[in-house]
Amino acid sequence: MRYSGFRILKEALTGHKGWTPAWRDPEPQASYDYVIVGGGGHGLATAYYLAKEFRQARIAVLEKGYLGGGNVGRNTTIIRSNYLLDGNEPFYEFSLKLWEGLEQDFNYNAMVSQRGIINLIHTDAARDAATRRGNAMILNGADAELLNRDQVKAMYPFLNFDDARFPIKGALMQRRGGTVRHDAVAWGYARGADSRGVDLIQNCEVTGMRIENGRILGVETSRGFIGAKKVGVAVAGSSSRVMAHAGMRLPIESHVLQAFVSEGLKPLIDGVMTFGAGHFYVSQSDKGGLVFGGDIDGYNSYAQRGNLPVIEDVIEGGMALMPMLGRARLLRAWGGIMDMSMDGSPIIDRTPVEGLYFNGGWCYGGFKATPASGWCFAHLLARDEPHPTATAYRFDRFLKGLMIDEKGQGATPNLH
Amino acid sequence: MIINHPILGPRDAQEFVYLGDASLIQRPDGMTASIEAFHDYTYLRDNSAGPHRELWYHEQGDRSWLVVTRNTLTHEILKVELARDVARAEGRSR
Repeated sequence: MRYSGFRILKEALTGHKGWTPAWRDPEPQASYDYVIVGGGGHGLATAYYLAKEFRQARIAVLEKGYLGGGNVGRNTTIIRSNYLLDGNEPFYEFSLKLWEGLEQDFNYNAMVSQRGIINLIHTDAARDAATRRGNAMILNGADAELLNRDQVKAMYPFLNFDDARFPIKGALMQRRGGTVRHDAVAWGYARGADSRGVDLIQNCEVTGMRIENGRILGVETSRGFIGAKKVGVAVAGSSSRVMAHAGMRLPIESHVLQAFVSEGLKPLIDGVMTFGAGHFYVSQSDKGGLVFGGDIDGYNSYAQRGNLPVIEDVIEGGMALMPMLGRARLLRAWGGIMDMSMDGSPIIDRTPVEGLYFNGGWCYGGFKATPASGWCFAHLLARDEPHPTATAYRFDRFLKGLMIDEKGQGATPNLH
Repeated sequence: MIINHPILGPRDAQEFVYLGDASLIQRPDGMTASIEAFHDYTYLRDNSAGPHRELWYHEQGDRSWLVVTRNTLTHEILKVELARDVARAEGRSR
């Protein structure tokens, strides 16, 4: 069923009896051409683009829980392409371009809102770094703009501009950045994939991999063995657990990242704001809640919940930036499990097992990458070669010294 | 999280700096080990879900290194040892 204004009108006049479920709930078949492990944003996007852009094939997505029940529903919904390095910026700009056409492409309202993102500047050195980053973005076809203090003040007059430690001197702005309704991204991709014949199999946990003579034959699951010519794993957060079935150790630690939302407030922040020096960022949802976050807790965790010291730390950052925050009440805090890779950048690559492919290591930046991650992973699965924007996301970059150090802090595995 | 320090008793985890998997104690010999062995040591992790032995440094305390066994699924701390004792038990001289 195609969604449109006409359809809503028709259904409204006929008692809403014509709506059908957005996707099927099929039984798994004995084998597929492609099995995607992980029914989150990246896995569903992979299946969608594989079916739509690359080839007609028998494709299944296996999800241990329910579709979109993991990190795609736990992030803070921000999209942007304000990266510096060659290995990253073309990829994230590709992603942002896909976001811009996404709703028309998969015929689903994902509430893509390009409300602009600013990164605050507090020193001359930070302005130099922001200028360099902005120029790198422009060179890669993205948009970037350097704002002075008055321009920031016109947008957000309530910020603490004269803070003794971090006075606000300006900001790097990307107007095409913004927010997206995150659950709708999973639902839109799921519906789009299902309508192109992809089997979305929920409550189906991968419990093993059948590998013979260095080649994958399929996966053992809680719903029986499912054969596959090629298997793509996109389970960021649980990557080490799933890839251990193939005997692989990854350059990844799983960490918990917390996020927060305040009670609903009147319109206050119309864009996205990052206060990197204070380890705090914030936007306002369409329901009015201030959505904000900060650092990871900093220890290995699969618990999907964090501890109080980081909550205190994040909110201190928020109070330093906008003291009025102290008048708002915190509605919810939650945690998601991040694949923290050793250089802070993702991996989309083949593995030593023939027919087994890996997508993960997204750290805390996976949501904005969802469309390009799916597209590039589908490209790799279908054509056995990396997409031109994702050639740097290789496993062997650590061995070869080709780390992608977006933060400029050096290749220290203790970075996180 | 409260870490039950073997010498100082229960201390808040905020006083500590986290390093990661306690297998980092087993550093390959810099004169003889292969590049691949150092790559595996430096970058690859078991990243286990469940009991996890890990290094914590008591920076805001007595500056001792501890090996904490903690369940990464629940954050429950199961065992705390001085890293010095662990390293010696594993055959390191210091």
